[in-house]
Amino acid sequence: MAAESELIIKNGVVFDPINGVKGEQMDLFIRGGKIVEAVSNPKVIDAEGRVVMPGGVDIHAHIAGGKVNSGRLMRPEDGRKGLVPKTKVCRCQSGYSVPNTFATGYRYAMMGYTFVMEAAMPPLAARHTHEEIIDIPILDNAAMPLIDNNWMTLEYIKSGDIDLLAAYIAWMIKATKGYGVKVVNPGGTEAWAWGKNCNLHDAVPTFDVTPAEIVKGLAEATEKYEMPHSIHVHPNMLGHPGNFEVTKATYDLVKGIRPYRDRPTMHATHTQFHSYGGSTWGDFESQAKSIAEYINVNDHMSIDIGSIILGDTTTMTADGPMEYDLYQITGRKWTNCDVELETGSGITPFLYSGKSPVNTIQWAIGQELALLVKDPWKVALTTDHPNAGPFIGYPIIISMLMSKKRRDELAAEVHKAIYDRSELPSIDREYDLNEIAIITRGMAAKTLGLSEHGKGHLGIGADADIAIYDMTPEERDAGKIQKAFLNTKYTIKAGEIVVKDGEVVATPEGRTIFVTPECDQTLMDEMLVTLEDRFDKYYSVTFNNYPVQDHYLPHPYEIKAPWRS
Amino acid sequence: MEGISVNLISGRTAVQGQNLDSKLSDEYFGEVARCDLNGADMEKLGVAKDDRVKVTTAYGQVVVRVDQDDGILAGMAFIPMGPWCNAVVNGDTNGNGMPSFKGIDATVEKTTEPILSISELMRTYMD
Amino acid sequence: MAELTDVVCSLCGCVCDDIVLEVENNEVVKVKRGACSVGKAKLLGHHRIPSPMIRENGELKEVSYDEAIKKAAEILYKSRRPLLYGWSSTVCEADKVGVELAEELGAVIDNTASVCHGPSVLAIQDVGLPSCTLGEVKNRADLIIYWGANPAYAHANHMKRYSYVSKGFWTEEGKKNKKLVVVDPRKTMTAKMADVFVQIKQGYDYPVFSALRAILRGHADVVPDEVGGVPKEQLMEIAEMVKGAKFVMTFFGMGVTHTGARHNNIVNAIQFTRAAHTHTKASIMPLRGHYNVAGINQVLTWETGFPFAIDMARGYAWYNPGEDSATDCLWRGDCDSAMIIASDPGAHFPGPSLRHMAKIPVIQIDPYANPTTEFADIVIPTAVSGIDAEGSVYRMDNIPIRLRKIIDSDVPTDEEIVGRILTEIRALRAKEVQ
Repeated sequence: MAAESELIIKNGVVFDPINGVKGEQMDLFIRGGKIVEAVSNPKVIDAEGRVVMPGGVDIHAHIAGGKVNSGRLMRPEDGRKGLVPKTKVCRCQSGYSVPNTFATGYRYAMMGYTFVMEAAMPPLAARHTHEEIIDIPILDNAAMPLIDNNWMTLEYIKSGDIDLLAAYIAWMIKATKGYGVKVVNPGGTEAWAWGKNCNLHDAVPTFDVTPAEIVKGLAEATEKYEMPHSIHVHPNMLGHPGNFEVTKATYDLVKGIRPYRDRPTMHATHTQFHSYGGSTWGDFESQAKSIAEYINVNDHMSIDIGSIILGDTTTMTADGPMEYDLYQITGRKWTNCDVELETGSGITPFLYSGKSPVNTIQWAIGQELALLVKDPWKVALTTDHPNAGPFIGYPIIISMLMSKKRRDELAAEVHKAIYDRSELPSIDREYDLNEIAIITRGMAAKTLGLSEHGKGHLGIGADADIAIYDMTPEERDAGKIQKAFLNTKYTIKAGEIVVKDGEVVATPEGRTIFVTPECDQTLMDEMLVTLEDRFDKYYSVTFNNYPVQDHYLPHPYEIKAPWRS
Repeated sequence: MEGISVNLISGRTAVQGQNLDSKLSDEYFGEVARCDLNGADMEKLGVAKDDRVKVTTAYGQVVVRVDQDDGILAGMAFIPMGPWCNAVVNGDTNGNGMPSFKGIDATVEKTTEPILSISELMRTYMD
Repeated sequence: MAELTDVVCSLCGCVCDDIVLEVENNEVVKVKRGACSVGKAKLLGHHRIPSPMIRENGELKEVSYDEAIKKAAEILYKSRRPLLYGWSSTVCEADKVGVELAEELGAVIDNTASVCHGPSVLAIQDVGLPSCTLGEVKNRADLIIYWGANPAYAHANHMKRYSYVSKGFWTEEGKKNKKLVVVDPRKTMTAKMADVFVQIKQGYDYPVFSALRAILRGHADVVPDEVGGVPKEQLMEIAEMVKGAKFVMTFFGMGVTHTGARHNNIVNAIQFTRAAHTHTKASIMPLRGHYNVAGINQVLTWETGFPFAIDMARGYAWYNPGEDSATDCLWRGDCDSAMIIASDPGAHFPGPSLRHMAKIPVIQIDPYANPTTEFADIVIPTAVSGIDAEGSVYRMDNIPIRLRKIIDSDVPTDEEIVGRILTEIRALRAKEVQ
């Protein structure tokens, strides 16, 4: 049986940043799906000097749930871009920016990724996210419920009852089998349910709290627990020229709050969209430098870059008003779904063109952020899939970060605005493989608190999730680097070979990882009186039918988050 | 007696819905093998409630009982969705996948022919 | 006797989940609260097919499940172009096995949306859908429009739970501070409740939507005195109601999907909503008929990339409604076998397309006998989802709810039967390869 089978990977050049391994030739021993000290009768893979890394850990992608499927349904033209017939091993595949669940699992695994965090789960539709996760082969997954426009949150922020808010957070994360607290356009999405929006200090209609208060309150409440991950924030004013000041002001909000251990107090996501200067699209420019400087001098923050992949993609977020604005600009098809008492979503296709000055600057910003933030442990590589681009574009970004030459070649092909409205052409820095390993697995595993649970590293006891890339560490050619990171020589998941020579050879089911915050029962009971009243009066489903049933997690992995003493 | 020309539509009814899982029942038969007409049209045809009418379209014909519904304008007919109405619906969707279940040109005339049971109706499709 | 609460009804797209009923001796004996007359009838149950059957010399003869499954597998395995149709009145778990079966066979897989809200899906693929969950309507909407729909009959709890009569956060006084507009060629039960009833000329929805859009966009001058049987004054009145509302919610049904311009009607309905949105908050939602028709569309979409009318002959999903919809496959005589599950084309497809169904082998998987049974060569009864089978379903607003199993039975579920047929087909294939 696979679980106890032994494997040895020899002659690999290992990059395991969490354990300080920066390109050392070493052998890896695997038994029972874990990295072990020694084996007796293993199958042998000879990596022949190739680059070996822990399986990729993606901190933020929209891959499973209501709005993802809305995106698929409304874009059969995207579905037709990625049609691959079923094989003996694989189910049918479709899609490019909104691949079907099978393609999602296969293509991530082919890139050497073994864990992906579903970035935003509307709690009322959590079952949908979990049903899709069940249908994503190979990968381990988790999902973050949206808890920032919820009426209970808004009410507790207004009354200042942070402990009760903490109880609500615990209930919500448990009921949705979620991983942490996701914040998207706080307050603004509730305002959008009336067709409005909120900036950082605007009062949310009826509830009379500001997004600033919401962010601060949620951070305080989240840190009542030993939560593996901080609040995960998509700040207000996404996509607006000049928003970089609001972004920094948002980051400032949690400065005084002590996280439960040495980790950030806020993870700010797809930061590219929040690093905009100028005041209109006419004088639009990059302010990545300002955001990077902030991240460089402040240790309470982590970011992921949300870097653009040029071409057509599908935007989808819980930032309903932003999606409406985008639709107003492009006139393309647009779907909206406001979710009662909780959140909302908008979906619309978008084309990032190298001929457009604005899109070109956007494209530069994601890379600038990665290159200007000095400490790679504060940075994760993402495209906010599929908002800034599909995840299949990660190798393109990797090759650009590693090669100044490649960046210069591409800068000459895009709009010349890149030269005077961004810093990118003047940056010489090149990422090395150790840093790439950090921003594509090490940092995410640590920031999510998953490194203690076997993810993102290759120390003894870690999950045997391994990527062997078909290149040697000396490789500097951007094209070859990009190719290598697109299809692995081998991907191993829980000790089983799942990809070989760039093709999927096995499709085991992955696990769903979730967190159980532990809250005092008296506090929980007090919160429940209010919550049950809201269900009774305002929800369209009953309290008892709401929580995600065990059936939706066939392979659960629980992480407990006790109340901090 | 001559027939009248109508615009035929179909749709759900409560009793039809209550019998979705008992389509072979008398209650379903009574509810669904039925055509509603405006009172003025019934007068023209010389029919009273529960008399039988034959509905004919370019695609088929069917005998059902008649009932009065003045919520329907003269010149329209309503048959609940189901096998009797579908006997006169076009199977050709003109390439869009959706048959024309509503807005069908039909003639309605009084008849003494019997209403077919479901079994008999389905058998008309078998050679 | 046991009283069960929070029971979920498995009939229409409302998926009411606060039903209270009584179970005794493994039977639902009383439905106390929460269900409409149609849901109540479903929950109380009807006569079920007692045993699998195979047709011999024109007569259905009782056989074992094993025999029926084996024969069904043989038929599908030998078939060159099987049609797997239905899926809307069963749970997602069964639907998923169905997709796997379609993939294994290279079959056409389609669901009842083809004769229902398929046009709505096509419209969404053109322009998208500005929408919300049903609780948003309950809490916020002060102007409700039912267009080409008769919820009093087809979704009897809809107004009381979710829209006109319901009470919510900003709608504490229920219908007192709300307005109801009903657009229909007939004065239906729903129309009788309306504050404004628009007796539209049947089939003229498209120009009426266009007229309303023109008025809302400030071009009332181009609208003639009467459009589709509706006087201009009434159109102006409705536009004023829209402008004066805080939240306009439009629900639409078969009156606009079944007629004339089909999906173009829905595109225009959505564009009308967008025009309304320039004045106030406005959303729109199709009234899905069955309790899990949205669910099969969701499953097909996330598993294959496309929502209905899918041909798997190429090994991936080929999507072309009008070519590979079940109605068209039968009309053109494209398929040489059919598996009908959780649906009733015998009752709901145009008669002329049933001629082909009479000529091909038909496998029916259903708890209840119905017109399709007349065509069936194999009949396999299964458990009723929501009664003796549990599973995942999606409400009309795409909110997922789990059906519970409220009584015990030995009857296999749809998921199990489809799974066993698939296993048998794979065994046949493995044998042949040897």
